[in-house]
Amino acid sequence: MEAALSLLVGLFVASAIYLILSRALVRVLLGIVLLGNGVNLLIFVAGRLTRGAPPIVPKGANVPAGAFANPLPQALILTAIVIGFALFAFLAVLAFRAYQAMDADDTDHMRLAEPEAQPQPPLEY
Amino acid sequence: MATHATPLADWLVILPVLLCLGGGALLLVLRRAPAWQPWLCLAILFGVLAVDGLLLARILASGPVSMTMGRWLPPFGISFTADAMGVLFATMSALVAVAVVLSLLGEAPESAVRDGVYPLLLLLMAGVGGAFLTGDLFNLYVWFEVMLIASFGLVVLAGNPLQLDAAVKYGIVNLVATTLFLMALGLLYGALGTLNMADIIGAAGKADRLVLTVIAGLFALAFAIKAAVFPVNAWLPASYHTPPAPISALLGGVLTKVGVYALLRVLALLPTERAMLSPAITAVAIATMLLGPLSAIAETNLRRAVGFLLIGGIGIAITGAATAGAVPGAIVYVGQSILVMAALYLVAGLIERATGTTDTREMGGLYAASSRLSIMFFALVLAIAGVPPFLGFWPKLLLLQGLIGAGDWLLALSLLLSSLLTLIAGARLWSFVFWHPRHAPLLRPPSYAPAILLVGTVLLLGVAPNLLIGIGMVAAHDLADPARYVVAVGLAP
Repeated sequence: MEAALSLLVGLFVASAIYLILSRALVRVLLGIVLLGNGVNLLIFVAGRLTRGAPPIVPKGANVPAGAFANPLPQALILTAIVIGFALFAFLAVLAFRAYQAMDADDTDHMRLAEPEAQPQPPLEY
Repeated sequence: MATHATPLADWLVILPVLLCLGGGALLLVLRRAPAWQPWLCLAILFGVLAVDGLLLARILASGPVSMTMGRWLPPFGISFTADAMGVLFATMSALVAVAVVLSLLGEAPESAVRDGVYPLLLLLMAGVGGAFLTGDLFNLYVWFEVMLIASFGLVVLAGNPLQLDAAVKYGIVNLVATTLFLMALGLLYGALGTLNMADIIGAAGKADRLVLTVIAGLFALAFAIKAAVFPVNAWLPASYHTPPAPISALLGGVLTKVGVYALLRVLALLPTERAMLSPAITAVAIATMLLGPLSAIAETNLRRAVGFLLIGGIGIAITGAATAGAVPGAIVYVGQSILVMAALYLVAGLIERATGTTDTREMGGLYAASSRLSIMFFALVLAIAGVPPFLGFWPKLLLLQGLIGAGDWLLALSLLLSSLLTLIAGARLWSFVFWHPRHAPLLRPPSYAPAILLVGTVLLLGVAPNLLIGIGMVAAHDLADPARYVVAVGLAP
């Protein structure tokens, strides 16, 4: 099961990188969503897949009885999902505002901050 | 569960973050009282500076301080662990933040205050403080993201097309970098089963070396993007010159240094893997330290040129991740570079305001008009080039000592060449901005005071560098021999 899920993570990351290398901002954003999901799945697999009881400590005991699922990756992923969603929401709005302001969603046409035909600096002092 | 409560004095570790987070929330609540915002922000930052100073004094006297949250014993609870390196950088960042707020005081338009420049700044400082003080890798990731979202806000605050363009590139590249960091984190958890930094030191010996080397490489790539190391540095000159100068100073002085800090810290946890990666890090360090100042020579936009000088400095700072001998010098270098680069961005902002342009070819004539600006810019150029007795000289001396002692002549020679190129780039900027004839009248720039505060500190630390070097030595010792750090967290060394 771990091997299959690892391959799936690889597929997620590979397609995410392919999308992020695109010049169109919308594809880049989709790539970022895919990358985030791939990484979340990766943390889940890295925490080992166990079929066990929920990690709830019974009354009067110090540890859960028997086999139980690892709760830490789930906590990590939950945090990562929340953070990833917030940042993605910001970037989506940013891309839309940039589209409005520059009339471009192609990074080749977004050259305000780094002008294309850079003037030569003076060659003397 | 922990058997006893954390001693009250140990709460000092988390105060810099608590003050900034609480202050940011308070300023958000008080958004309808714009007149109060800068003063409250300043008061909170002075508090943070004082706490950082106390923490530094305590660490120098008795070693690293740690506190674990939620009464869970380490390595299960999230630890905040302050050692000399983290607190030195946190103190310098707080000082820069004070200067930035002082200069925003005279400069920030009403709309920026209404849109929340001060709460964003405090939240950014919360992220920076958390990143420097945390002792848990996942927590480090969370603080990176706090820092990132606050810096997005600061970059796009004015919302003109130039800044939106810059923010798109800055945002996407940095989000990909933190996602790579998260990926490395997940793999490390899979290999070691722990994310507590002190626990990683102990657990790393038992895991497969090859797996850990790949993970360390992924960490190095993620932090290299954050720090703007050569092949992955293009986002920095595309974004850091677009926000108002005080914001650039904060981003340029502090944020890239958090990337360098994370690189030094995480690779120090995995020393064997660091040795495996050393040739690659050496190569990119040399490329970064030489290409940064070379690009600055070919640049005509003043703050973009400063950004390239910043990148050259990053190349010098990451030598600390390439060779163990360079660690003390690298720590002192990063500490002073936070101040010097922020000061340079502030002074560059004043120059742009005085001349009314960002293009160095159209500047000129400032030498006669403003002696204060010319002295400040000249002192800062000498400080980043490392001319004695200015501040940049001392860390470079330590670096050369360490590199030559380790027989690393290639890095040592590149460091010297990089310093020469930096001096040439700085001198060219100085001659364009101050010496060239000028026909248009000069405008009146806003207050010089915050820039004078930072430049004064730089000059003072330059003639009295013992304190800084002493802290750097303690920090490097704790990084190379983490026994004290591990004991402070409460684990068996």
